[in-house]
Amino acid sequence: MRHVAKLARLALTETEVAQYGSQLAGLLAFVDELRELDTEHVGPTAQVIESRNVVRADDVAPCLDGAEVLAAAPQAQNGFFRVPKIIAAAQ
Amino acid sequence: MAGADDILACTAREIAHAVNARERSAVEVASAVSGTVAGRDRGLGAYLTLTPQLMLAQAQRVDERVAAGESLPLAGVPVAIKDNMCLRGTRTTCGSRMLEGWTAPYTATAVERLLEAGALPIGKTNMDEFAMGSSCENSALGITRNPYDRERVPGGSSGGSAAAVGAGLATIALGSDTGGSIREPAAFCNVVGFKPTYGRVSRYGLVAFASSLDQIGPFARTVEDAALTYDAIAGHDRRDATSVDRPLETTAAALRRDLRGLRVGIVKEFATADLGAAIDRCYARAYADLAALGAELVEVELPTAKYGLATYYLIAPAECSSNLARFDGVRYGLRVAGADVGEMYEQTRALGFGPEVKRRILIGTYALSSGYYDAYYVKAQKARTAIADDFKAAFAHCDLIASPAASAPAFTFNAKSDPVAMYLMDYYTIPVSLAGLPSLSVPCGAVVPDGGTRPMPLGLQLASPLFTERLLLGAAHAYERHTRHAEKLVPA
Repeated sequence: MRHVAKLARLALTETEVAQYGSQLAGLLAFVDELRELDTEHVGPTAQVIESRNVVRADDVAPCLDGAEVLAAAPQAQNGFFRVPKIIAAAQ
Repeated sequence: MAGADDILACTAREIAHAVNARERSAVEVASAVSGTVAGRDRGLGAYLTLTPQLMLAQAQRVDERVAAGESLPLAGVPVAIKDNMCLRGTRTTCGSRMLEGWTAPYTATAVERLLEAGALPIGKTNMDEFAMGSSCENSALGITRNPYDRERVPGGSSGGSAAAVGAGLATIALGSDTGGSIREPAAFCNVVGFKPTYGRVSRYGLVAFASSLDQIGPFARTVEDAALTYDAIAGHDRRDATSVDRPLETTAAALRRDLRGLRVGIVKEFATADLGAAIDRCYARAYADLAALGAELVEVELPTAKYGLATYYLIAPAECSSNLARFDGVRYGLRVAGADVGEMYEQTRALGFGPEVKRRILIGTYALSSGYYDAYYVKAQKARTAIADDFKAAFAHCDLIASPAASAPAFTFNAKSDPVAMYLMDYYTIPVSLAGLPSLSVPCGAVVPDGGTRPMPLGLQLASPLFTERLLLGAAHAYERHTRHAEKLVPA
């Protein structure tokens, strides 16, 4: 559970680890019934509508208003999203 | 001038007719509606945000266009919008703490098309967080009650939209349906709820949950209004690469008076005896009414439909875990500070998401993780093919499939604390969603639930082959016109 939470970038408390751990075990037991379905000769479906690769013309067109987008962000500076420092300072 | 009661009792068709004929102005409609909805929504909780200024400005534009000689299909029709669809300048919360303070910088295509057709936005409606749930109880921002019994849930995830239309606090509404999130709340709230074929309505501006399943659709009090709304929002959009580029047929002009010449499939595996005697009688009566309208009833088999829930609860969480990765404290809404950027991600997501969203992210991450991908995710995708193939085979013998829309009528708050018990509500809608088919719920009677005091509505689900919306809505109209179940119940 802790490994999966790490992959999902989700901090869990001890209580949550126990609670979700048991609920997910229950869910996995529930979905396990799929094992009895024979799918050996069946291909996977990613999307039900048969579709071709979709391309669009490479036209210049109006896009979202930058100031409006940044106004809805937690922190912005000089026209960019501002985030905590990612690279540690050289020692 | 007519009051709000008169206006909110009218159908969309009637309002649009009156506004286009200049018998009533859109501004009159907007003023009457915004003067009453706020008060009447207290104690119901259908809306998270009301947009009276936007509604009035839009009404003025509609009146100008009508005065200039235009005729608009939804002229002056008050509409409620589920809060996972963007409306520029208005907060779009998805029922989540994560987006509680987020203002949309653009408008969803479906919403834009409704406005273009003359509809007036009343506000944004409550929903299960990020559309995950069947009761609206997973909203982090408030409780929505069922208009027919305030002690019961409105269904979900589009519960606010269904309750708004069911209570007469909106003429029409938009919802989104991934596994039943339009059809189940429609059944619970005594209204029509319609999920079009996957790809028929653009998802641009709809906050994604499970992208291969999500589809926007209307709620209305009549099938005809649902058809009018669908006609306004459907069609290709270059901003959504999965929206389908093929000719559209208008549906509102092709409503049927009977079902002669149609074969309706009754699914052998969906026998209703287990749902209780009263519910069983209700559906037997509904099927008999379809036959009375001239349909030939045929038994069809969907042997893999029972695997629908298990399939869905792998595919939808997998897609959700990927889609919701974008909520990391950088670009939208909430940010919780951390010692470094990793801790910021983890703490933001810990505080921003509620329990059901966390559960689905965790199971989806697990199903997609190295070593489990083939056993869970690919297996579910193959099961999805088998389920879709079953529907194709069934439609060789019938034109429509009829079934219950939900496993029970609206339940009381906190009645489904076990996640799987909640998931079972969508037993009949999920296989249809996995196959991408158009389907709807239309009121088909009422039963007094165990422990309940008032009759609660039930919904009949009708499903049809891909891209046959015209047939589906046409047939549902004939059934509605013949039975008139919705009119027999009055809100509490």
